[in-house]
Amino acid sequence: MIDVHEFISLLEKEFDDLSPGTLTPNTNYRDIPNWSSMHALIIIAFADAHFNVELTATELKNTQTIQDLYNVIQSKMNQ
Amino acid sequence: MALIKINHVSIRSISATVPQQIHYTKDYEYISEQERNLFIKNTGIEQRRVAPSHITAADLCYHSALQTIDILQWDKNSIDALIFVTQSPDYFIPASSIILQHKLELSKDTIAFDINLGCSGYVYGLYVVGSLLQSGQIKRAILLAGDKSTLSTCYKDKSTYPLFGDAGSATALEYVAKAPPIFFHLQSDSSGEDAIKIPHGGSRYHIQPDTFDEVEIEPGIIRSKRHLQLLGADIFNFTLREVAPNANKLFHFSDIEKEKIDYFVFHQANHFMNESVRKKMKLPPEKVPYSIHKFGNTSSASIPLTIVTELKNQLNAPHTLMLSGFGVGFSWASCVFHVNNMLVNHLIEIH
Repeated sequence: MIDVHEFISLLEKEFDDLSPGTLTPNTNYRDIPNWSSMHALIIIAFADAHFNVELTATELKNTQTIQDLYNVIQSKMNQ
Repeated sequence: MALIKINHVSIRSISATVPQQIHYTKDYEYISEQERNLFIKNTGIEQRRVAPSHITAADLCYHSALQTIDILQWDKNSIDALIFVTQSPDYFIPASSIILQHKLELSKDTIAFDINLGCSGYVYGLYVVGSLLQSGQIKRAILLAGDKSTLSTCYKDKSTYPLFGDAGSATALEYVAKAPPIFFHLQSDSSGEDAIKIPHGGSRYHIQPDTFDEVEIEPGIIRSKRHLQLLGADIFNFTLREVAPNANKLFHFSDIEKEKIDYFVFHQANHFMNESVRKKMKLPPEKVPYSIHKFGNTSSASIPLTIVTELKNQLNAPHTLMLSGFGVGFSWASCVFHVNNMLVNHLIEIH
């Protein structure tokens, strides 16, 4: 698994309106400007495409920060 | 495992009909302009067709059937079966296919019944009709597939209202001894039953005192129990998990290599979701047509509508097609076949 900073630069590319360096591990990703349920789908597709991990709606709901997201994806990769 | 080969059945003609009335996503003022733009960018849906109160899914299919019968110059008495895939029938009873048998002036010797399926329904319908025809005991059939989905959504639910459009289709199939086989892979999993559902109005929860109460599920999502609910993350995960493996098994079973297929026509669910599947399957964009930007998600009509609007000129010559429908149920299915002399007719608009 890549480290959290590489994870962030990959994720930032998924959001067109986000300039590189905007996100940090402590960013609550729901605070991303104009956050909507559409972004949740982008994160699900991101986890699937890059890490072959299925993020359920409940797992997503239980995360707040980018670090949380990284952790849950990492733990599912190790399952 | 529902991997099935249907022999001796030829798809002869495809027609599709939409209502004339256009609803533009940019005019959906319930959400902000920024949200509308994001919605258009992700789902691809710029506009969709909405049927007025006097037009039903059966009417849209009726016009499609008339066109297809006319173009093939089929004697109406030679049509043995009329099967209608819909989740928005004219009545609870009787089945709309039987009403249409009479309206289309087909003979009393016609087999007619409805199939209650949505997004996967076109492929399931081809399978059912193909099964009826392949023994050669009946020779000609019309498959209708369509829905008036705009009836089921609530204006105050941004997760459903701007997604759906209305459309109907008709596909003529015929017993032809030398027709190349059609290969199917059909699947179901009701662990996802809540992901796409109208909770009240059936016999499990019939009309109750709270059926029409509009409740806020989350900001921007207000609906009642008689409205359609969509659980986006669940649908998205299901699609990413199931659609590509379903198709890969079909390629293996049919012995038709993915690279030899000219067009992959998917149910038009959501551009971003469909693109995720396309990339997962490593399909070139020019082989995957979209009509969703013009018509939204049109349920079981979306595959024939996409063929009519996006592939009409391309399908004059022989081609190999894969079709894949996935969604409500969950139910999903794909098929692959060679087409030769399949008539793709011009889109009909009615008002």
